Amino acid sequence: MSHDSLRRALHLDLLVTVPARIIVFVIAILCLTNIAAATESYGMPKLDIGKGGQCVAPTEWMRVNHMKVLFKQRDETVHQGIRGSKYSLKNCVECHASLRDNSVIGRPDSFCEGCHRYEAVKIDCFECHSSKRSTALAQEETK
Amino acid sequence: MTDTNEQRRQFLKTSVGAAAVAIAPGMLMFDMAHGDTEPVSSKVRWGMLIDTANCADCDKCVKACNKENGLSGGLSPTDSQWIRKVELTDMRTERTLALPMMCQHCAEPPCVDVCPTGASFKRADGIVLVDKHICIGCRYCMMACPYKARSFVHEPLHDQKPDVPRGRGVVESCTMCVQRVDKGLIPACAEACPNKSILFGNLNAPDSEISKKMRTVASTQVRADLGLNTGIRYEGI
Repeated sequence: MSHDSLRRALHLDLLVTVPARIIVFVIAILCLTNIAAATESYGMPKLDIGKGGQCVAPTEWMRVNHMKVLFKQRDETVHQGIRGSKYSLKNCVECHASLRDNSVIGRPDSFCEGCHRYEAVKIDCFECHSSKRSTALAQEETK
Repeated sequence: MTDTNEQRRQFLKTSVGAAAVAIAPGMLMFDMAHGDTEPVSSKVRWGMLIDTANCADCDKCVKACNKENGLSGGLSPTDSQWIRKVELTDMRTERTLALPMMCQHCAEPPCVDVCPTGASFKRADGIVLVDKHICIGCRYCMMACPYKARSFVHEPLHDQKPDVPRGRGVVESCTMCVQRVDKGLIPACAEACPNKSILFGNLNAPDSEISKKMRTVASTQVRADLGLNTGIRYEGI
């Protein structure tokens, strides 16, 4: 019997190639999930993002800079009466208030409170500002 | 040309016209509602002229203010009052009159002069406001105000209006409904007055209704002796 026919008889081809393919596939999957995990660190809060959709800026940028644009917008609105800017707190709440309770605070997965609890940063905006979606409040009033 | 064609043309003309009439006010409101992206300018000075002779025995202005700004409407010493009805009696003649009293939006506001942090400020268009992000709650402005127009918030608040943020530990007062004025509306008290006794307008524009009226009728500043040049003027006191 020749060498080739011996291999064919023992199905050696299959034994070598199939596991190799599986291993390559598994490694590829792991690499992909690693890339995704690089931006979402372990244990990050799962947020109820409300309506979500297209934000005024990319999510990553907003995570780092939302407080800066909010502070700038706040001073412009109070002192100069500029109310048309897209970075208003009311705008944030309008899109990101939960669809369940129309609020961005109050639950561990609320849009604002979720991250602020995780980062241990006190959030005092809503001691004065409304945390409720304004369209929902208007609907309640007309009822 | 056939008769049907004529009719068809006429129909199209009228329907286009009707559509334009129906859409135009909506477009105007939409433009205003989207707010301004320009800062307010000192070319405008907002003010009010209050006709005390027409001021009826009601408190609709006070109620409208409370509703618009989310005030409780309570009268205890710790409740905020942005506008109140004041009754005056001449001791000798016993003539009585009532008038609404609120922040007079002075051109030279004493509350701004005394504020140690710069929280109390006058906007370019003459509206005197408190920046509650800067206010430390010291209440010097309340002592400085000759009109007793300001209130301090003593208790934590809940369910504030989205357009009127209010909170404990800071001073607040009539904002001339700045959130409405910026949208092109008139203040809630002026809108609610059944006798149209509160006339709101631009004191700097010579052809505005308020300027025209102030040229023809006698108007008074309360405590004119202080030289504060108030934005709220009264008729008939």
